[in-house]
Amino acid sequence: MNELQTILSDTANRLLAGRITRKVLEAAEAGEWQAGLWQALEENGLPRVLVPESDGGAGGGWAEASIVLKAAGRHAAPVPLGETILAGWLLAKAGIGMPDGPVTLVGAGAMIEKGKISGKAPGVPYARHASHAVILHAKPDAQSTKIALVALKDAAIEEDVNLARQPRDTVVFSGEEAAESGEIPGLVDVKLWGALLRACEMSGALSSLLEQTVQYAGERKQFGKPIGKFQAIQQQLAVLSTHVAAANVAAAHACAAADKYSEKGSARFEIAVAKIRADEAANLATGIAHQVHGAIGFTYEHSLHFATRRLWSWRAEFGSGRDWAKELGHAAIERGGAALWPFVTAR
Amino acid sequence: MQEFRFDLCTLPPEAEALRKEVRAFLADELKDMPAVTRAQTWMGFDAEFSRKVGEKGWIGLTWPKKYGGHERSAFERYVVLEEMLAAGAPVGAHWIADRQSGPLLLNFGTEEQRQMLLPEIAKGTCFFCIGMSEPDSGSDLAATRTRAEKVEGGYKVNGTKLWTSNAHKAHYMIALFRTHFDPDNKHAGLTQFLVDLKTPGITIRPITDLAGNAHFNEVVFEDAFVPDNMLVGSEGSGWGQVTAELAYERSGPERYLSSYLLLQEMVGELKARGDSSADAEIGRLIAELVTLRQMSLSVAGMLEAGENPALEASVVKDLGAIYEQGLPVKAHELLGGEPRLAGGSDYEEVLGYLAQVAPSFSLRGGTREILRGIIARGLGLR
Repeated sequence: MNELQTILSDTANRLLAGRITRKVLEAAEAGEWQAGLWQALEENGLPRVLVPESDGGAGGGWAEASIVLKAAGRHAAPVPLGETILAGWLLAKAGIGMPDGPVTLVGAGAMIEKGKISGKAPGVPYARHASHAVILHAKPDAQSTKIALVALKDAAIEEDVNLARQPRDTVVFSGEEAAESGEIPGLVDVKLWGALLRACEMSGALSSLLEQTVQYAGERKQFGKPIGKFQAIQQQLAVLSTHVAAANVAAAHACAAADKYSEKGSARFEIAVAKIRADEAANLATGIAHQVHGAIGFTYEHSLHFATRRLWSWRAEFGSGRDWAKELGHAAIERGGAALWPFVTAR
Repeated sequence: MQEFRFDLCTLPPEAEALRKEVRAFLADELKDMPAVTRAQTWMGFDAEFSRKVGEKGWIGLTWPKKYGGHERSAFERYVVLEEMLAAGAPVGAHWIADRQSGPLLLNFGTEEQRQMLLPEIAKGTCFFCIGMSEPDSGSDLAATRTRAEKVEGGYKVNGTKLWTSNAHKAHYMIALFRTHFDPDNKHAGLTQFLVDLKTPGITIRPITDLAGNAHFNEVVFEDAFVPDNMLVGSEGSGWGQVTAELAYERSGPERYLSSYLLLQEMVGELKARGDSSADAEIGRLIAELVTLRQMSLSVAGMLEAGENPALEASVVKDLGAIYEQGLPVKAHELLGGEPRLAGGSDYEEVLGYLAQVAPSFSLRGGTREILRGIIARGLGLR
C-alpha cells in the first residue's frame, strides 16, 4: 500500500469501527438517519475519495476507493458511502462540482430531456436521506451518456428497503429541473459501476464474516473443547477463507482494471468477474458462517446477520452473478473456443 | 488470524512479448496433435518436444546463465508455462525438473551437482521425478520409512517409493529418505538425495491407472548405493527443504489449467450447436478462471520477491483443484454427450479422458484435506 492508501485504510477502519456500534446499526435499521456518522465521514473526506484534488477531493483512483468501500462493507456502514463516492467520480467526469450531503444514484427508469428529469426509478439507495441524485441516461447514438445532478428534497419518494433494511426507495420524477447537467464520453451505466461498488463492499463483508466465524469457533466449546479444534469445523473454515480470498482478489483486479481502462469504459469484463465471484463467495460463505455459529448466529441479538443479510441483498443488486455471467458467457461463446484463451490473457 | 496476502501483479511488457513467441511456436508444433492428446498437457510425456522447448531457451528460464539458464524473470516463466498448458503442449517430461528439481539444486545443491545437471535440464534432455510417497506414507509424509544407511563412501538404500510419476522415463529422482530415526521427532532425520535411476538395486514397476495409462510407478530400492556427493542440502534437513519447495509446487498455472482444454471444447461445442442455455454457467467458469489466474500470478510475484507464500499457494491449489476437477461434471451437466475413449468428437474424447483423470487433481501435490489443514493452521485454528 502507498501512503495515501495506508492513510485511507487507517482512517476509514478506525472511524467506522469506532462509530458503528450495535445501537447505530439497530437505529439505522429502524429507519433513523445516521447524521453523526455521515458528518464524520465527510469531515475526513472519505465520500470524496474519487474526486480530483483540484475539486477538493482526495484525488484517488479505484485502488484507493476500494479500500474505503471494503471498510464500509466490513463494518456494515449504514449510510450511502459507496454511492456518494461513485457519484463524485461520475460528476467529476462531466466537470460538475460535488454538492454537500449524501448523493445517490439512479439507474434504469429515469430520463433526462432538455435538462428536466422524468420517469419512475426503483431501488434507489438511501433516496430519502440523500440531498441529491446522479442520473445517467445513454444518448441514442450510444457514443456518450447524459448526466444530471438533481436535488431530491421535493421529489416524490416511495420508501422501501432491502433485506438488510437499507433504504432502496422508488423515486418518481415529473419534470424536475436538473441542478447541473452535462455529458460523459462513452457509455457509462449505473448498473456496471454499481456492480463494482457492491463487489468491493461484499469483499469487506466477507472478510468480516470470516473473522467473526473464526473467532467464534475459538470461543465456543462443545465436547470439552473449542469447536474450532474439530477437523470438520477446520475444513469448513478453510473453505470459507479460500472463497473470501478469491472474492477479494477479483474485486481488487476489477479496481485495477477500472483505473487502467476507465477512459475507454472497458473494465466491464473485470467488473463482471468481480461481481460473479463475490456472488458465489457470498452463497458459500454465508452458509458456512451460519452453520459454524449454530443457533445463536440465527438470532437478531447476534451480529452475524448484519453481514449476511447485506450479502444476500448485495449479491443481487446491480446485476446478480447470474446476470453478469450470462453476459460474459454469451460473449465468450460468440467468440468461440479458440478465442477464449487469447481473450483472457489480453485483459 | 493471519490475513492472506494476494497483491496483484501486472505482467511486464517483455513477458507479453514472449507470449507471442511461445504462441507462434506452439501453433506450429501442435497443429497436427489430436485434442485428446493435448488434453494431457503436463501429464503428456514427449522427450523430443521437451528438447525443442529447451532449444528455444524456455526451460530453466530464470536460472543463472552459468548453469545453462537464461536469467529472465519469474513472470516470463509464468507466461511460458500458462501458454504451454492452455495449448495442451506435452510438457510432462521436463516439467518437474524445471519447476522443482532445478530450483532445489540451485537452493541446496552442491556446485558439482549444479554443474552436472542444470545445463542438461535446461536443454530439455534430463528428466526428473520426485520420490516422496511410500506405501505407508502418503499425506503423512513424515512417516517416510525408506532407509538410507551410511556406508563407506555413501548410503545404502532400502525401501519402496510409490506413486512416483514418470519414474520409468526419468533419469533422476529427488528422493526423500530416512537417515536417522527418532521416535519422538519423526520430522527429523529425513534427507534429500539425487538418485540416478540406472543405479543397480532399483526396480521400477509402472502402475496402470484407472484410465489404462501408466504414468506413475512403484520404485523399489534393494541395497541401492547412493554416493555421498548425491546428498542434497544437509543430512537431516529434508523436511525443511521439502516444505520450502511446496509453494512452487502448489501455486503454478498447472494447478487450475489441467482441464482447460475441456472448457475450450465446451465453448466451441456450444457455439456450434447455437446453444445459449449454458451462457451463465460458462460465464461463471470464465470468471473463476480469471480469478484463479490472478491469484496464481500473485503467488508467482511473491516468490519472485523472495517471500514464502506457502499458505497462499495452498489456497490457490485448493480452489484450483475444485475448478479443474469440476469441469468434467459441468460439461456433463451442461452439454451431455457420451464421454468417449476414441472415435468421438474432440469434445467427447477430451471429456472421456478428463472425466477419468480428474479424481487425481485433488490428490497429487497435497490432498485437499492436507491443504485445508494448512489453511486452518494459517487461520490460527491448529
